[in-house]
Amino acid sequence: MVSLTHLQRLESESIHIMREVIAESERPVMLYSVGKDSAVMLHLARKAFYPSAPPFPLLHVDTTWKFRAMYEMRDRMARESGMELIVHRNPEALARGINPFEHGSLHTDLWKTEGLKQALGRFGFDAAFGGARRDEEKSRAKERIFSFRSANQRWDPKSQRPELWHLYNTRKAKGESIRVFPLSNWTELDIWQYIHLESIPIVPLYFAASRPTVQRDGLLLMVDDERFVLHPGEVPTMRSIRFRTLGCYPLTGAIESSAATLPQIIREMLLTTTSERQGRAIDHDQTSSMEQKKQEGYF
Amino acid sequence: MASAPEPTYAAPALAADDIEAYLAQHQRKSLLRFITCGSVDDGKSTLIGRLLYDSRMIFDDQLAALKADSKRIGTQGEQLDFALLVDGLAAEREQGITIDVAYRFFATDRRKFIVADTPGHEQYTRNMVTGASTADLAVILIDARKGVLTQTRRHSYLAHLLGIRHLVLAVNKMDLAGYDRNVYEAILADYRRFADGIGITQFVPIPVSGLAGDNITALSAATPWYRGPSLMEHLETVELDIDGAQRGPFRMPVQWVNRPNADFRGVCGLISGGRIRPNDAVRVAPSGRLSKVARIVAQGGDLEEAVAGQSVTITFADDIDCSRGDVLSIADAPPEVADQFEAAIVWMADEELLPGRPYWLKLATQTVTATVHSPKYQINVNTMEHLAAKTLGLNAIGVVNLSTDKPLVFEPYATSRDLGGFILIDKLSHATVAAGLLHFALRRSQNVHWQALDIDRDAHARLKHQRPRLLWFTGLSGAGKSSIANLVQKKLYALGKHSFLLDGDNVRHGLNKDLGFTDADRVENIRRIGEVSRLMTDAGLIVLTAFISPFRAERRMVRDMSPPGEFIEIYVETPLAVAEARDVKGLYKKARAGELKHFTGIDSPYEPPEHAEIRVNTEEISAEAAADLIVAYVLRDMHESASSADGCGAGV
Repeated sequence: MVSLTHLQRLESESIHIMREVIAESERPVMLYSVGKDSAVMLHLARKAFYPSAPPFPLLHVDTTWKFRAMYEMRDRMARESGMELIVHRNPEALARGINPFEHGSLHTDLWKTEGLKQALGRFGFDAAFGGARRDEEKSRAKERIFSFRSANQRWDPKSQRPELWHLYNTRKAKGESIRVFPLSNWTELDIWQYIHLESIPIVPLYFAASRPTVQRDGLLLMVDDERFVLHPGEVPTMRSIRFRTLGCYPLTGAIESSAATLPQIIREMLLTTTSERQGRAIDHDQTSSMEQKKQEGYF
Repeated sequence: MASAPEPTYAAPALAADDIEAYLAQHQRKSLLRFITCGSVDDGKSTLIGRLLYDSRMIFDDQLAALKADSKRIGTQGEQLDFALLVDGLAAEREQGITIDVAYRFFATDRRKFIVADTPGHEQYTRNMVTGASTADLAVILIDARKGVLTQTRRHSYLAHLLGIRHLVLAVNKMDLAGYDRNVYEAILADYRRFADGIGITQFVPIPVSGLAGDNITALSAATPWYRGPSLMEHLETVELDIDGAQRGPFRMPVQWVNRPNADFRGVCGLISGGRIRPNDAVRVAPSGRLSKVARIVAQGGDLEEAVAGQSVTITFADDIDCSRGDVLSIADAPPEVADQFEAAIVWMADEELLPGRPYWLKLATQTVTATVHSPKYQINVNTMEHLAAKTLGLNAIGVVNLSTDKPLVFEPYATSRDLGGFILIDKLSHATVAAGLLHFALRRSQNVHWQALDIDRDAHARLKHQRPRLLWFTGLSGAGKSSIANLVQKKLYALGKHSFLLDGDNVRHGLNKDLGFTDADRVENIRRIGEVSRLMTDAGLIVLTAFISPFRAERRMVRDMSPPGEFIEIYVETPLAVAEARDVKGLYKKARAGELKHFTGIDSPYEPPEHAEIRVNTEEISAEAAADLIVAYVLRDMHESASSADGCGAGV
């Protein structure tokens, strides 16, 4: 008997989910955020549909404030996978010059939450893959793999469908859409192990290197380009840092680290004692903030 | 069974010393899915929190938050309240209960675990069934101070119903029962009696304390009379369902056909049973066609073998027809095919089951239309008694017969969860309304064959110089359906057309005199009328029906039973106030007085058509004018379809 490993089981489940969506939806899309979870999700999609290219486009909801290395990786992966890349930037946020330095939570609302809604509506996507995992945050532990959104993209925790066996009910009314999370049952450790095992390319920022940084509000921020507004007295300092999650560079906290290989990253992760989302400014307002964001349509 | 208590969490130490060795070990871990069942007071969340805590899945920032939360809203005084680690949504936290299925993850050196945390309240049968559907094992919690309760029996029954082979009876809160062996043994004996009665042949009892940690990861000195295993040790070693499935015959429901170009055609799916290699002879169900596996294609290079639990892409040695919904199997042991079944149904929607109403049925990758007949009985999940039932409400479990419009490839649920488990989907709301478990096929479906008739429906209609039509009048009581239908029939007669009018008088008093006016009976009423109309249109007639037929789903059912274009829905539109003011038969008065129950418009809903072919408003036009309009429509419609059927435009 061949006993499948947990990673083989997770891989098979994710592939099964993706194929089910492709078989039963009209206009699917993959939300591609360029992070490590997106990297794994894209890798799984390429496996699921091999030798075809995945039969859907990649959608990047851009804020113009991502790390430069993320844009490079995004364009490279789109090229290599042979998939169409759709980049959407909320025109209103662009016109108003919304940025994380001056606009606080409005930055996330307009660029990400509104931007995503606009993109899904404009292209008429009826199913969107996302890389969220249930282990990321307590309220996500209860999210379904297939999450239904009303015509105005809202998530209602009370009206989600039960998911039994490997059976997913993908039927929906006109205007309604589904967010599908093929990585629901993966943990952060699973993701790293799989990246290691499958040699999946990820943004170099995950590996430690000497980078220009400033300390601000308890976060260690990287000065990624000249738009970074330095406060009086702040001087960028070179530190050996890496990132556990990637988002808009002015909002994403780095950790000091010397882990420059995947095994070293995994080692550090196993021995470290803070959870992954702590590096994101978005969660810190109040305990249930992620859940509120989700109800409003944030991914 | 007894073994020395070994700490199973060498992970951090090994990771620190030799990360490569750690990775090599941890990439070989297997995956166990289990559920925990118990009510709020049994300490279920505490137990899960303890498993997460003991397996080092809690980070410092989470621990700090836990300490703060324990003080603020915890129930354990100064102690850590592990339950707070797993209670998720904000509203639920405030109410102090979990109300849905939540999935948690932890890992030891040997296995990764996915825990479905399901609540124990009576109204949440649906959640437990959902969590149990993917579980290899169930942990049934019992409070040592309370013993076997109604909910213990309910959880055990549901776990058993869903086919979970491994049951753990965790007798919890042993610390509060003085670690008393007699208490434990008495509960065991009590549970064994119950389990025997419902056919549970095996279970593993373990005395534990989630709060104090006894017998969770290691055997406890407080229970020297218990020889093991600890809960974790058992979870780490119990056989996985997916490994057992490998011993069965090869099965793969086809999900998708991969066809990038004319040279490649592969079928994709998740193998649900057995194993497969290139050159194996396979059969496609339901067609029964045979072929041979050419390749098992994967991105990193073809596979030499694939087993249950793997998602694969298979190519064939020849150009065999095979698509989504088919089931690929080993050639000499194909699954069954049938269209009538006995099944257990767990109802999951607020709106109750309507026997006779068509629902979508999804089983593996097949989606068909299914009709559920009246339940044979309902099962009381607390007492396991069989009760008579006409329908099933939220969280009810019943045994029913059902039929499908197309043959299903299946296996009994007891043989295969993937080919025996199904969901029912409401055709209008798209909600998942039920989970079902196929017991067996009803043989009669295979013995009744359609008699091919020499004189077909077209021949009958030709003789009458007309096309069969079903004019379906719908509207409130007193809207004028019968009056208008009568006029239409007279006009058709005058034109030499053969028609027949079905209304309450000639149907309710005969064919359907056994039916009342509950929602379920209304559905059956319409189904029978639909079938009779079908026979009459087969005879070439223009059939007129005048029934309130309040539900969209049933009108759509009749429409779907008819050949395309034959069903003409006529909405006789009248505001309720107007119909009630007319009250020709005095029915509204009775309904308002409470003498008539389930009266449409008063205490039973009317769902107006959304896309009726004809809509007449009796406030705006007379019955005579309405009838003229309908006759004109029908004549034109018959004429057009006759022209197109003849394949020439003559006379248009």
